[in-house]
Amino acid sequence: MSGDDKFDAIIIGAGPAGSACAYTLAKAGKSVLMIERGNTPGSKNVTGGRLYSYALDLLEPGLWEEAALERKVTHEQIMMLSKEQSVKIDYSNPAYNLEGQIPHSFTVLRAVFDEWLAGKAEEMGAMVACGILVDDLIEENGRIVGVKAGEDDMYADVVIAADGVNSFIAQKAGVFGDLEASTLGVGVKEIIELPAKTIEERFNLKDGEGTALLILGCTEGIHGGGFLYTNKESISLGCVFTPTEAAENGRQIHDIFQDMKMHPAILPLLEGGQTVEYGAHLVREEGFRGIPQKLYKEGLLVIGEAAGFVINVGYSIRGIDLAIVSGIAAAQAIISGKAPGPAYMEQLASLKLLPSMKAVDRYFDLLEIHRLYSTYPNIATDVFHLLFTVDGNEPPNVKKEMLKILKENNLSVWQLMKDGIRGVKSI
Amino acid sequence: MSIEKMEATELLGFNKFEVDEEEPHIVLDKEICKKCQEKPCLTVCPAVLYTLDKNGDISFDHAGCLECGTCRVMCKNKGIQKWTYPRGTFGVNFRYG
Ligand SMILES: Cc1cc2nc3c(=O)[nH]c(=O)nc-3n(C[C@H](O)[C@H](O)[C@H](O)COP(=O)(O)OP(=O)(O)OC[C@H]3O[C@@H](n4cnc5c(N)ncnc54)[C@H](O)[C@@H]3O)c2cc1C
Ligand code: SF4
Ligand code: SF4
Repeated sequence: MSGDDKFDAIIIGAGPAGSACAYTLAKAGKSVLMIERGNTPGSKNVTGGRLYSYALDLLEPGLWEEAALERKVTHEQIMMLSKEQSVKIDYSNPAYNLEGQIPHSFTVLRAVFDEWLAGKAEEMGAMVACGILVDDLIEENGRIVGVKAGEDDMYADVVIAADGVNSFIAQKAGVFGDLEASTLGVGVKEIIELPAKTIEERFNLKDGEGTALLILGCTEGIHGGGFLYTNKESISLGCVFTPTEAAENGRQIHDIFQDMKMHPAILPLLEGGQTVEYGAHLVREEGFRGIPQKLYKEGLLVIGEAAGFVINVGYSIRGIDLAIVSGIAAAQAIISGKAPGPAYMEQLASLKLLPSMKAVDRYFDLLEIHRLYSTYPNIATDVFHLLFTVDGNEPPNVKKEMLKILKENNLSVWQLMKDGIRGVKSI
Repeated sequence: MSIEKMEATELLGFNKFEVDEEEPHIVLDKEICKKCQEKPCLTVCPAVLYTLDKNGDISFDHAGCLECGTCRVMCKNKGIQKWTYPRGTFGVNFRYG
């Protein structure tokens, strides 16, 4: 530390971005103060719940073995719902979970995971101060030199905004404007406790294995979808909605979510369980196109979701892994001794974060097709109904019936083709 | 207990809150809300903390706030005079998240 009251770095927010950054900096011998408004790291955070493991391994190879993780994901599922029917696809690939290698992804509970990761940063020598809300930045001659929290002023060579989706800090610094509602999703989530044995029997899992289930057709046509993740002894069940469309729809999102919970294809998965928590959180949905060219200012770097780092491709959301990678990128930029801002942008490119986001940017267009959220799930269940119904009558002409189904769902063959082409173009 | 459809108030009952009685982190200007036609806050707040009272005016309680920020980005008419995170240690404490 240069002087008693000045740190090499002050990090605002002890989410995965902040903790990964603190860990890397402290490991390199830098003096780090990480400030978190929650009573414990993670106590303000809600996620769907899956972490792609490569990021944790990038932080420290082998660290995952002691990490506070729930289950390794062995089953990827997509479910489409209409009012009462459902179609489910299950994908599993042993190559994701080979013996002796880090599993491809894990389910996580954030209050637990974040506290563990911040603890690791602390073990490396970072100072973690909880229960403190950073109110403002201290600026001198156009340079950020510290932070204000209540009556306290704290100084550092560099301040890192890791304060998540509602990043007031990045806004105060002028790196970002205010959030636009149409570029966000609001996620609501229940945690439902169930014994490990019940989860394993019900989802056909072995000890320690888990399921990640995406649900389409449960949002009343609102841009968004549901998710279900199996944890060790609980289920994370939630739904994400675009708030602007939810407002137009007029029904409470809470209510729509409760109906999804009671759907005949979902309820049996939860039966016998006990709800223990209800959470909600915003998530960025805009991807690459929403990120400014410059994620820094003199004396300030913006990382994690505060910087807009979320990839939503419809069948999965990635934010935690990108948060960790950006935390590492910022730390390495600082350690490099070069001008931190430009060095950080370089690191984001060389750690493939920005290129990854750019590569899937066009998914955004695909997800704008509203028919994904009601019409197509309805058509899917209608088609399966057609194929699977045997009632002793002469089976219908499938081609004719398919056209009828399209018509009943107000979709022309032409529209279907257009969506198909748009879909292919998007990916 | 079995799984059932629950009201928001019931669901919030499962959470741990440290309510800041002295300094609410969200404050409304009821006069502006009165004139607001769309009132998106009624549908988008996951905790259903915005409701209409007998007179058809918005009533709001910051006690069960999940701190998501959705009302803030949706309130175009600026009826939300103040929206900050609660002071340190106050507000919701997720045990699972
Ligand atoms: C419903 C939902 C489902 C999701 N599903 C997934 C998923 O399955 N997989 C995935 O990878 N991602 C998922 N995401 C995205 C992911 O959760 C986020 O992108 C990720 O948590 C971002 O991490 P972060 O460290 O940047 O920010 P956060 O985790 O939000 O951390 C920010 C921290 O800063 C603190 N803070 C904020 N302001 C201040 C302040 N002024 N002073 C002090 N502390 C402050 C907060 O309390 C918090 O601890 C999901 C998101 C949602 C909402
Ligand atoms: S921040 Fe979220 S939970 Fe709190 S009042 Fe606003 S919408 Fe409701
Ligand atoms: S809080 Fe905002 S959206 Fe709600 S009624 Fe008041 S002005 Fe309208």
